[in-house]
Amino acid sequence: MRAPSVLRTLAFRIVLVYVTIFAASAVALVAFTYWNTERALDAETDQTIDAEIAGLSEQYQRLGIAGLTDVIIGRSIRGGLGLYLLTDSLKRPLAGNLDSWPDAKARADNFIAFDYERHAGAGFERHRARGRTFALTGGFQLLVARDVDERYKTQRLFTTTLPWTVTLMLVLGLAGGALLSRNLLTRLDSINRTSREIMAGDLTRRLPLTRAGDEFDTLAGNLNRMLERTERLMKGMRTVTDSIAHDLRTPLNRLRNRLEGVLKHLDGDRPEAREVDAAVGETDTLIATFNALLLIAEAEAGVAREAMTPVDLPAVVEGISELYGPVAEEKGVSLELTPSGTARIEGNKSLISQALANLVDNAIKYTPAGGSVRVAVENTSGGIAVSVADNGPGIPPADRARVLERFVRLEASRNSPGTGLGLSLVAAVARLHDAKFELSDNAPGLKATLLFAGRTGRRLVPTG
Amino acid sequence: MRILVVEDDLEAQRYLVNGLREAGHVVDDAGDGDIGLTLALSRPYDSMIIDRMLPKLDGLKLVEEIREHGNTTPVLFLSALSEVDDRVKGLKAGGDDYLTKPYAFVELLARLDALMRRRHPAAVKTRLQVGDLELDLLTRTAKRGVTDIDLQPREFRLLEYLMRHASQVVTRTMLLESVWEYHFDPQTNVIDVHISRLRAKIDKGFEAPLLHTVRGAGYMIRARA
Repeated sequence: MRAPSVLRTLAFRIVLVYVTIFAASAVALVAFTYWNTERALDAETDQTIDAEIAGLSEQYQRLGIAGLTDVIIGRSIRGGLGLYLLTDSLKRPLAGNLDSWPDAKARADNFIAFDYERHAGAGFERHRARGRTFALTGGFQLLVARDVDERYKTQRLFTTTLPWTVTLMLVLGLAGGALLSRNLLTRLDSINRTSREIMAGDLTRRLPLTRAGDEFDTLAGNLNRMLERTERLMKGMRTVTDSIAHDLRTPLNRLRNRLEGVLKHLDGDRPEAREVDAAVGETDTLIATFNALLLIAEAEAGVAREAMTPVDLPAVVEGISELYGPVAEEKGVSLELTPSGTARIEGNKSLISQALANLVDNAIKYTPAGGSVRVAVENTSGGIAVSVADNGPGIPPADRARVLERFVRLEASRNSPGTGLGLSLVAAVARLHDAKFELSDNAPGLKATLLFAGRTGRRLVPTG
Repeated sequence: MRILVVEDDLEAQRYLVNGLREAGHVVDDAGDGDIGLTLALSRPYDSMIIDRMLPKLDGLKLVEEIREHGNTTPVLFLSALSEVDDRVKGLKAGGDDYLTKPYAFVELLARLDALMRRRHPAAVKTRLQVGDLELDLLTRTAKRGVTDIDLQPREFRLLEYLMRHASQVVTRTMLLESVWEYHFDPQTNVIDVHISRLRAKIDKGFEAPLLHTVRGAGYMIRARA
């Protein structure tokens, strides 16, 4: 389906408008010139005829009808383009090279256009003539005309060829336009394709440059420089996270090692051992918080975009529900999964699983025994919605935006374990996937929804 | 077992080497990638613990090089790098397992144990047995003594993993990674709940418990010796 996309391009539309205007103005110009020339030639013919009539009528006045007849006979046998006919009052021919008075009706100024037949070799040829009638005193009628067949033919030729010329002009123009826009489209296509690949996470890609050095190359060059900058920034971000990770994990590792070392040489029942054990626990909490922060930073920097693969959302939801099923059951909370078909997106499975685990974990944690948690994947008009709804205490509307910030924990939950980063991670994962993360009222309870919009080129439509 | 430790953080190295020696292993150590490569190619090891970031020769390159020489010794990567896709890179380079610092020593030991055992697999078994507990991998059924045990598919996989590593400590992270294929740390201790349900099925009402909790480490399935 190449043609329709060519027809839809801006270049083609510009060419179309241009060709139309060009054709219209060319036709107008030619028509004007033609009309003008025609008028000038007609005027010239008319002048000649007028002059001749004036001359002939003078002859008539001077020499009478016999003299005029002589003159007309004389002129008639000369051949050429002049046509003459002198008749009596009943239009019976007296002299001239036309054998009868033409049928055509004269205009108000006595000009007349008519066809006549002329000897041409063995037969006759139909010719067009233009002339003027003149009534002489004594009832005699005089017709002086000129053969304008040459011009008439030219005119006919012109009017028959003009539409063809215009058509040819339009066809050539449009073909040129299509060619031009296809050319532009190919260039734009390659730019678009590369941009999509870059958006999908391959930051090392660059837009192709041609040897032409035209505007497109300038544009591509500028975009490439921008991409280089972005890539450098991303690499910088990556280096910073990596070095923070390395520089903090190494001492944390030593700390944990030392505590474990101490613990190994202590009798497990001594109070010191319990203290050290608690210290190991604190270290682990510290590590967990630190890991969560790093993960959020990575998700926000889009670093994880490199690891995007097709992810089957219902399968992920099912997996997490299965993982947390026994936890919910233990707490007396029912965990319900609304079954659904397949809904694939392009994403980081590990991060989506973790985000969903955080949501389900929270929902179970805040739902009292006897309550229920409902997990669902739905294909909505806005995209694929993954939702976790509980009927716990919920979050007041005023606090809903705040809980997504790092380390924010509401007063009510200060005493339960957690890092305060769970929802921040979900929000970061949502941003990484261009998904919308929404907290709403489940009346009673909280409904957390991740809406994967499926931006063009991102979402995979299941085939077959 | 003979183990090579390549780690540039000397304190971590000392701790690691001491711990492994205490666990009864013979340990060689190297402080940078070059020495590590020389040792890895010149002596036979049962497994290697290699830090991801090393001076002179990077951990990834080191493993790639070893693999190019046809050496298939199991490699456990240690990394202080952030993890989202470093794990994948490590495994692609030829590592067999990947542990992020800071780690618990028991976790490292358990993983190392699993790696070395995987290297010498017993003949293909269709039936696993620990004490009087039997797991038929073909019919996907479990039996303890004469009693049939009804297991959910996931419980079956969990029990299968534990039984394949019988008499070995298996950590919660190992279970989460191998049985559920998740590489993150769930906030709640979900694994404990799954284990306690499994325990209720295979141990409840029987005289000798088979599924044991190893304090501060994880779980182990074992028949009384």
